[in-house]
Amino acid sequence: MGKKILLANDHIEGIRFLDTYRKHGGYASLEKALKSMTPEQIVEEVKTSGLRGRGGAGFPTGMKWSFLAKPEGVPRYVVCNADESEPGTFKDRYLMERIPHLLIEGMILSSYALGAKTSYIYIRGEYFYVARILEQAIDEAYAAGLLGKNILNSGFDLDLYVQIGAGAYICGEETALLESLEGKRGNPRIKPPFPAIAGLYGCPTVVNNVETIAAVVPIVNEGGAAYAAIGVGNSKGTKLISASGHINKPGVYEIELGVPVEEFIYSDEYCGGIRNGKKLKAVVAGGSSVPILPTELILNTAAGEPRLMSYESLGDGGFATGTMLGSGGFIVMDEDTSIVKNLYTFARFYHHESCGQCSPCREGTGWMEKILHKILHGHGTLADVDLLWDIQSKIEGKTICPLGEAAAWPVAAAIRHFRKEFEDFIRNGEHVNDVKHYYRLNNLTAPIN
Amino acid sequence: MSEKTILKFSDETAAIAKKIVARYPEGRHKSALIPLLHLAQAEFDGWLSVPAMDCVAEFLSIQPIEAYEVASFYSMFNLKPVGKCTLEVCRTSSCWLNGAEDIVRHLEKKLGIKEGQTTADGMFTLKTVECLGSCGTAPMLQCGGDYYENLTLEKTDKLVDSLRAEGKARVYTNDNPVNID
Ligand SMILES: Cc1cc2nc3c(=O)[nH]c(=O)nc-3n(C[C@H](O)[C@H](O)[C@H](O)COP(=O)(O)O)c2cc1C
Ligand code: SF4
Ligand code: FES
Repeated sequence: MGKKILLANDHIEGIRFLDTYRKHGGYASLEKALKSMTPEQIVEEVKTSGLRGRGGAGFPTGMKWSFLAKPEGVPRYVVCNADESEPGTFKDRYLMERIPHLLIEGMILSSYALGAKTSYIYIRGEYFYVARILEQAIDEAYAAGLLGKNILNSGFDLDLYVQIGAGAYICGEETALLESLEGKRGNPRIKPPFPAIAGLYGCPTVVNNVETIAAVVPIVNEGGAAYAAIGVGNSKGTKLISASGHINKPGVYEIELGVPVEEFIYSDEYCGGIRNGKKLKAVVAGGSSVPILPTELILNTAAGEPRLMSYESLGDGGFATGTMLGSGGFIVMDEDTSIVKNLYTFARFYHHESCGQCSPCREGTGWMEKILHKILHGHGTLADVDLLWDIQSKIEGKTICPLGEAAAWPVAAAIRHFRKEFEDFIRNGEHVNDVKHYYRLNNLTAPIN
Repeated sequence: MSEKTILKFSDETAAIAKKIVARYPEGRHKSALIPLLHLAQAEFDGWLSVPAMDCVAEFLSIQPIEAYEVASFYSMFNLKPVGKCTLEVCRTSSCWLNGAEDIVRHLEKKLGIKEGQTTADGMFTLKTVECLGSCGTAPMLQCGGDYYENLTLEKTDKLVDSLRAEGKARVYTNDNPVNID
């Protein structure tokens, strides 16, 4: 069994409530920090831990924290990114729903470490019931003197609020999130300046993912070195993986970074293998934005090494033969899956979610969706595959925020690894195993089931 | 020309809105815009008419256009009337791979409407939406404050019937805290 740090207690009944959470060691980390550590010491422990941002980009958290500007007399903010809208990702929801106090404790620790007196958790609007769970937990924390003035008699004050969004994937991008939190449309800002210099209300701000902030709790409790002892290479600690698709046991799994992909897919401790005894066809390993890989490249690198669930191993081979750990949204597809159709759902998603500020993203996502729609409806030509390739190649690096790239990469990877399937689809319609869907998509009369 | 309709928050909602505004620093009350638009949508029949958005703008002392431009950006804000229950079926990858399309077609048949439409009795609106963070329990739909997961056609039928009997979707308020597991 792998070591669990964040989800060690997730199945304890009532862990959602303060008394049970405390009974199982909750808020010990905060007590320790406020009694015996300076803010700088916490930042040091986080640096030592090697923790990397769990929201998708994997940027070292300690380094991000040390970039935070500290001008005299200017407030600083810690903002938790709970927007979680990357298709295939549902780990933050699980963590907040099951153990809300872990996030709250992490927010208090992070705010203390960074000198914030007001902090916000920005949560996607659809997670309304989760926001209520968090608010109920925050009320409990205020009542117990864990939030508000003079927390645990330390002299440290903090107010923590939950802010709900209203349905916009782009608000997960940190500067769009800050715009949204200021009551505006979620249009990403041009960087620099980075939020560490000018973030919320123009003040220095750290934005971190839910899981990143939760990980600060064990890091403070056990020390950064203990955290860094878990994992492989520059992939330290544990990671929550959201596993979905054609597997026997979909769900959220906490893994020690470095578990072999094959073990993750097939062992009963995790996904439990492919459903209905089918064969594996492809995996999107880190949320919809990362390149899809076919079976042979997800299980082993191009060099024939077993692929591991780590930043480096999943990235091995670059985009030619590798992918990314991303947000840990692990979508598994069996042999009957139509790559073309799955890609269409992604293209439609990015088109829907583009904020529209940059022409390459706004227009490119629209065209990619249209062309895939055309192919799906049986009107594609072989030249359309090249056209798709051409459009995606003209987005990367030419936009304000990475959503453009996030839209381009899945298209590029699907064509790179499954070009033949696109061509077959165009020549013959959807491949035989999926013939039901072919009829349905074309509004032809065919048995629905 | 008819008189301009003017909407106002109920005292209860205004009190909640005031508390929300107090979360932000002096002069940053515009931050409350999205939460207040949610309140307005809940209070004024599930959608944001121009008078509903004006009510929020007035409350926050901002220009009406600031409320309109935000309301039109976010997909949860309805700028047209909707039914008492909006069934929002996820249509993204994991849900699609697990039969979301069958659920949509089934609902279209059962309700006698197409995706995006509202039933004649004003009870149901059917929408498809992007990933709701429930991919491990696909296919799924959201209605009101609740997620309905691991859907089958039978479960979907039951849900529609129970919502019809209930007459409305469940929402979470201060008086109705979430009580799962
Ligand atoms: C289009 C887009 C969507 C994103 N969505 C999320 C998200 O839902 N949650 C998240 O934590 N980070 C998301 N990010 C990454 C954030 O911009 C940011 O890097 C992250 O919140 C930083 O936190 P971390 O360092 O703890 O990961 C997104 C980025 C982009 C470009
Ligand atoms: S890349 Fe797309 S989402 Fe990002 S700012 Fe430009 S248009 Fe908006
Ligand atoms: S794909 Fe449907 S909830 Fe994520």
